[in-house]
Amino acid sequence: MAEPILKVENLKKYFPLKRGLLASLRGEPERFVHAVDGVNFEIYKQQVFALVGESGCGKSTTGRLIVKLLEPTDGKIYLEGQDVTEVRTKEEVLAYRRKVQMIFQDPFASLNPRFRIFDVLEEPLLIHGIGETRAEREELIYKALEMVKVTPPEDYVSRFPHMLSGGQRQRVAIARALILNPTFIVADEPVSMLDVSIRAEILELMKDLKDRMGVTYLYITHDLSTARYFADWIAVMYLGRIVEMGPAKRIIDNPLHPYTRALLAAVPEPKPERRNVIKELPIRGEVPSAVEIPPGCRFHPRCIYAQKGLCDVEQPKLVEYEHNHWAECHLVGKF
Amino acid sequence: MAKTVLEVKNLKMYYFTSKGVVKAVDDVSFDLKKGEVMGLAGESGCGKSSLGFTLLGMPTPPGKIVDGSIKVDGREIVGLPEDVLRKEVRWEKISMIFQGAMNALNPVFTVGYQMTEPLIYHKGMKQEEALDRAQKYLELVGLDPEVVYRYPHELSGGMKQRVIIAMALLMEPSVVIADEPTTALDVVVQAQIINLMKRLKKELGLSMIFITHDLSILAEISDKVAIMYAGKIVEIGDSEKIYYEPAHPYTQKLLAAIPRLHEDVEKLEFIPGQPPNLINPPKGCRFHPRCPYAMDVCREQEPELKEIDKDHYAACWLL
Repeated sequence: MAEPILKVENLKKYFPLKRGLLASLRGEPERFVHAVDGVNFEIYKQQVFALVGESGCGKSTTGRLIVKLLEPTDGKIYLEGQDVTEVRTKEEVLAYRRKVQMIFQDPFASLNPRFRIFDVLEEPLLIHGIGETRAEREELIYKALEMVKVTPPEDYVSRFPHMLSGGQRQRVAIARALILNPTFIVADEPVSMLDVSIRAEILELMKDLKDRMGVTYLYITHDLSTARYFADWIAVMYLGRIVEMGPAKRIIDNPLHPYTRALLAAVPEPKPERRNVIKELPIRGEVPSAVEIPPGCRFHPRCIYAQKGLCDVEQPKLVEYEHNHWAECHLVGKF
Repeated sequence: MAKTVLEVKNLKMYYFTSKGVVKAVDDVSFDLKKGEVMGLAGESGCGKSSLGFTLLGMPTPPGKIVDGSIKVDGREIVGLPEDVLRKEVRWEKISMIFQGAMNALNPVFTVGYQMTEPLIYHKGMKQEEALDRAQKYLELVGLDPEVVYRYPHELSGGMKQRVIIAMALLMEPSVVIADEPTTALDVVVQAQIINLMKRLKKELGLSMIFITHDLSILAEISDKVAIMYAGKIVEIGDSEKIYYEPAHPYTQKLLAAIPRLHEDVEKLEFIPGQPPNLINPPKGCRFHPRCPYAMDVCREQEPELKEIDKDHYAACWLL
């Protein structure tokens, strides 16, 4: 099998909590939010890899670590074999960012309101020194706008973001990521702020770009339905760890982890005949704080199958139960 | 036959802005029976939230009710003076569950204080009595009655949303309007809140208007669905009819745009273009510039809602 484009090994990110003066005088230990706590995965060329989970599970932090908006506490990230955690100097970071770009959630906040669309798209070219003359850059900008179907480009380049609709704005944000011709794109909830029909439009566009341009994506989302539609692989995260990972359809059709099952049961579906049925949600309580991670399996306080003396003591390992299908649970197949 | 708790006829609510008159709710009619949940769906800016606020007799300024009638339990509320609305209608007869559980509670007061305030002012209850009532309703929505002593920041998003639901029910209104009650909540919490609302519908015979842009969530609870486009209801009918035999091209396109969890969808459809400017809506059918089936008549004349099946209405020239 080919080498992965992106490989993440035992990635960790802990954010220190502020201690009060009294606490530090008393010598109380420093406390941390365990946002990402030992994550491993690989992404291959032209694949869409979805990281799915609830808020606070560490999926966005993982994305930010990959684009080097954050530095990991521990662990390694490799892009095309290159150790990203060793990338330090300004030049190296710049070269790295040229290969890895990000699309943000909110197209109303991610575009500078004082920039015309031309400036929005020219900025990355200037930063990376692409295109020597304005004419050359203009050509690239027009090409990028055509690629994301904001056409005809000449009608849009001199507009400001507020003059565009939400869908058009997100298209411009995608064009800004694509204009550097990156190998890898981190898309952090790119459609969750958008209306249903615009959501479909942007998903179709990203899919089309994957097929035509060979773009590889890390797709961060809380929505399993769009993950199933758009992604090839799904990894489900809970409290900083991947608890289940495998091909998208397999995860949806044959979930192994109790948490994945609960998430799937919770997804609303457009089937009105079930409107009077109270849904069974095989999960208890709410997500605990990422500061004090429960011992053993971190899902055990919410798991309806948890076994005393096992799940609350021993941390399970991510095991490949079927070909390409991993889960981190002591009880796979036993419930 | 269940009695009608809410009757809306030819309701028009326009925003009078400096740029012109925005026809946000334009000639909307429907009725809601006791124990029924009506879903109200459409893209952002279609007027669904504007309609929600108008039903409480409080259109957001510079909005004004221009015409039409809203009858709650048979009583006309359009034209009632503000103090009567406030004393006798709002919260007593018709209440609202607000969008964004995170921001709807006042951070400097305890939950109990915020919940008892309307009881003390509206019903003249004693504080203990009001607190008792608040605790009873917190229990009803699945919270510990001790939550009355908590401040909003001590509660999780799901718990806050439950408090907001309890507040809407506190005065035992005939109709509750829920405006995007589950957006910004995580999937599991969202499912729990929907379950709670289903339970309340069953146990209390709650009549509700559920506003959201998400047709999947709407299907989980609605008996009847109204689809809004550019200030008008373009299709309305029983849920099964709307989801399985959608008649209006707009409804059909909206449904085809939803990715399904357990079905293979080759390609998602989307509606090109964007909703029209409501200051100058297009002539004829407001959907015609985006409609793949638009004919000459659609560009000229506005279609009316017509009954295409029992209790199933749509406004389209194709039918």
